[in-house]
Amino acid sequence: MNDQSIAAPAGRKIPDRLDSPAKAAVFSWPSLLLAVAVGIFILNSFASPYFLSPWSLSDATFNFTEKGLIALAMALLIISGEIDLSVAAIIALASTAMGLALQFGVDTPGLVAIGVLTGVLCGMFNGFLVTRLGLPSIVVTIGTMSFFRGISYIVLGDQAFKGYPDSFDFFGQGYVFWVVSFEFAFFLVCALVYYVVLHRTNFGRQIFVIGNNPVAARFSGVRVERVKFILFCLTGLMSGLAAVALTSRLASTRPSIAFAWELEVVTIVVLGGVSILGGSGTIQGVVIAAFIMGLVTFGLGLLNVPGIVMSIFIGALLIGVIALPILISRLRQRMAK
Amino acid sequence: MSTVNATDMDDARPAAAAGKGPILSLRGITKTFPGVRALNAVSLDLYPGQVTALIGENGAGKSTLVKTLTGIYLPDEGEIVIKGKPVALTSAHDAFERGITAIHQETVLFDELSVAENIFLGHSPRKRWGMIDWKAMHERSKSLLAEMGIGHVAPDTPLKELGIASKHLVAVARAMSIEAEIVIMDEPTASLSHKEIEDLFVLIDMLRQDGKAILFISHKFDEIYRIADRYTVFRDGEMVGEGLLKDASQKQIVRMMVGRAVDQIFPKRETEIGAPVLKVDGLSHPTEFADIGFELRQGEILGFYGLVGAGRSEVMQALFGITRPSAGTITLDGKPVEAKSPADAIDAGIVYVPEERGKQGVVVDLPIFQNVSLPSLRKTSSNGFLQLAEEFRLAREYTERLDLRAASLSQTAGTLSGGNQQKVVIAKWLATRPRVIILDEPTKGIDIGSKAAVHEFMGDLVAGGLSVIMVSSELPEIMGMSDRIIVLREGRIAGVYENDGSLDAETLVSVAADIGEEAAA
Repeated sequence: MNDQSIAAPAGRKIPDRLDSPAKAAVFSWPSLLLAVAVGIFILNSFASPYFLSPWSLSDATFNFTEKGLIALAMALLIISGEIDLSVAAIIALASTAMGLALQFGVDTPGLVAIGVLTGVLCGMFNGFLVTRLGLPSIVVTIGTMSFFRGISYIVLGDQAFKGYPDSFDFFGQGYVFWVVSFEFAFFLVCALVYYVVLHRTNFGRQIFVIGNNPVAARFSGVRVERVKFILFCLTGLMSGLAAVALTSRLASTRPSIAFAWELEVVTIVVLGGVSILGGSGTIQGVVIAAFIMGLVTFGLGLLNVPGIVMSIFIGALLIGVIALPILISRLRQRMAK
Repeated sequence: MSTVNATDMDDARPAAAAGKGPILSLRGITKTFPGVRALNAVSLDLYPGQVTALIGENGAGKSTLVKTLTGIYLPDEGEIVIKGKPVALTSAHDAFERGITAIHQETVLFDELSVAENIFLGHSPRKRWGMIDWKAMHERSKSLLAEMGIGHVAPDTPLKELGIASKHLVAVARAMSIEAEIVIMDEPTASLSHKEIEDLFVLIDMLRQDGKAILFISHKFDEIYRIADRYTVFRDGEMVGEGLLKDASQKQIVRMMVGRAVDQIFPKRETEIGAPVLKVDGLSHPTEFADIGFELRQGEILGFYGLVGAGRSEVMQALFGITRPSAGTITLDGKPVEAKSPADAIDAGIVYVPEERGKQGVVVDLPIFQNVSLPSLRKTSSNGFLQLAEEFRLAREYTERLDLRAASLSQTAGTLSGGNQQKVVIAKWLATRPRVIILDEPTKGIDIGSKAAVHEFMGDLVAGGLSVIMVSSELPEIMGMSDRIIVLREGRIAGVYENDGSLDAETLVSVAADIGEEAAA
């Protein structure tokens, strides 16, 4: 073992930390991501003359705000060592529930409540199966992914719900100030809330502990199952909110809505530096990763790159970004040897 | 530099080795990690047909040395000489090819594979086209196991069906199958029972007679004196003494290890034992234990002794809310405790230092201060928001009381030695200001210096009015520290003894093992 206990003689005061927090921040994953984001931003502005206009930048944000909302909660869930692959299906079910309510003449406040509530209920269902029955979340949520979207298909067939009230448009199409859309502003507020929850509260600390060592967490009095249940509910809640925003933006509900988004959400989270094995990650990283995803897809869109090529590009980006730190640490190890 | 040379090393060549030089020699090995010199110009000789004990506190560099010998670390300086030829061990495979094999504390074997596959993994007998010759493999496994006196283990048994002791034996079989000439045993006895240790020693004797050179690492002096021929003592990454065990007393070796004289006598203090604090009545579990009843008094250290599997840890985990008892009551300070989870037990004032430190005790990838503050977060935070300054203050207060050796409180707990990790776990619990602290094998696998610190501290705890339950398999520890001793056997209380000086070890062992079956230890 690389034992550092030799370094401090007996009885000496133990310092809080050796490196300053500022130094740690500069050499962190989010800083690297930020550099990547700036790079892509510059590339984009060279690639297309239209990119730098405020309105196109504003449009670009729609590429990631809804996915980003879910990614915030997903980050917490993945840090705790679980995952939810049913998030896109929850959007479909929540959107369908809203569309159904619309047929019964429910107005905007009711629609929003139903969308959000459906999301939370789906999250509770996932959480129940994982924490009460002790099933692995990856299997449970692959199951509920088919289950939730299946219900949408049964209700809708190849139909679509349309005719949402005008007042409902605000959530996906409204602007709070100049070019700042409601969705974008809401995403920033949520990001701040999740930052505080994960990095500044006892609850957030417990998430990290659980992700690192669930047994030691339990042996230290952390109510592991309860924390995980809450995280599944939060993920459901964010999926419900995303469903409201997306349904409003599209002004319609089809059963194929948000199809395969769960992969992009997980991509954002992992790109953001959250360990897929749990135990580490930051909200800053996830937020920057959401921006990167949005910038890349928007930039490629401006260049008229077809969607299929875009997904190849994003896949390569993901593998590259994950491989990079592993390669660097291997290189370091080799040099240390 | 107070190097103690018990014997002059050149004259110390054992007559037993009869002209045989060392099969393996390390000369001037230095290995540095960022900020730490783990090994500083150390030397070590291993002789064929002899067991050399490597002795040192945790952090003395033993593990680094093992990793150097097994090709995991490359030394910065120095040379490794095998059979007179300098070699470079650049990979685990290299070491394997040179006839070096290691048996670790936690065996590195494959649970899902069969015994035979584990023995021959990487060097299985082959047929044409590189196909594995299963028949030859099973036959050779069978004869190996029979030779070792464990013929009852079938070669096709999945390894996961064996106990830890048998797994060790399979590891030994593996060492024999590759015809290793140098066998490293890194604390092989740490999780074995008395009987299993005896079996292992018989095997070590066999290996010795076979002419293997054995490096034996252990914290237990009785084992070292029992099995080893030579010793080499490390301290702070340096070799501080070596020679023949028969020429060195335990006291001399301890002095070399710690660089000072450590009182091997346990720091038992006379404390005022008060009224009963914890009452347990009729505690039962469907499979693990039945009808456990006892009282724990204020300022008392209550020892629980028994064989591995007697149900001691299970009883403790029921008190701590991890396993749910099927019947029985627990009362603390007159109030009934219903611990449905560890969180409830902690709230009630019962805390538990688990035996499996790495799995259940510390979160190795989190900083020390976060490990310490974890169960006290409600106290260190305000309205659920973290107060880092308060966490650091709490962590510093308790880790410094325990004389933790760490570079900083932000260092991850996994970078500490076993003894220091244990201090982190104990600090974490003391910070919750408990009424009752349960220590499950508190000094298992930790070095003698940390051990003394833990024992010393237990004295402080009871003097401060706390009550302690200590589970231990080490007789000197249980008899040295406890006020009273409860012996468990097969999940039931087999005896309760006042430890007033008239109690002898033989009684405890024979009660724990039922009948006087080779009772004396």
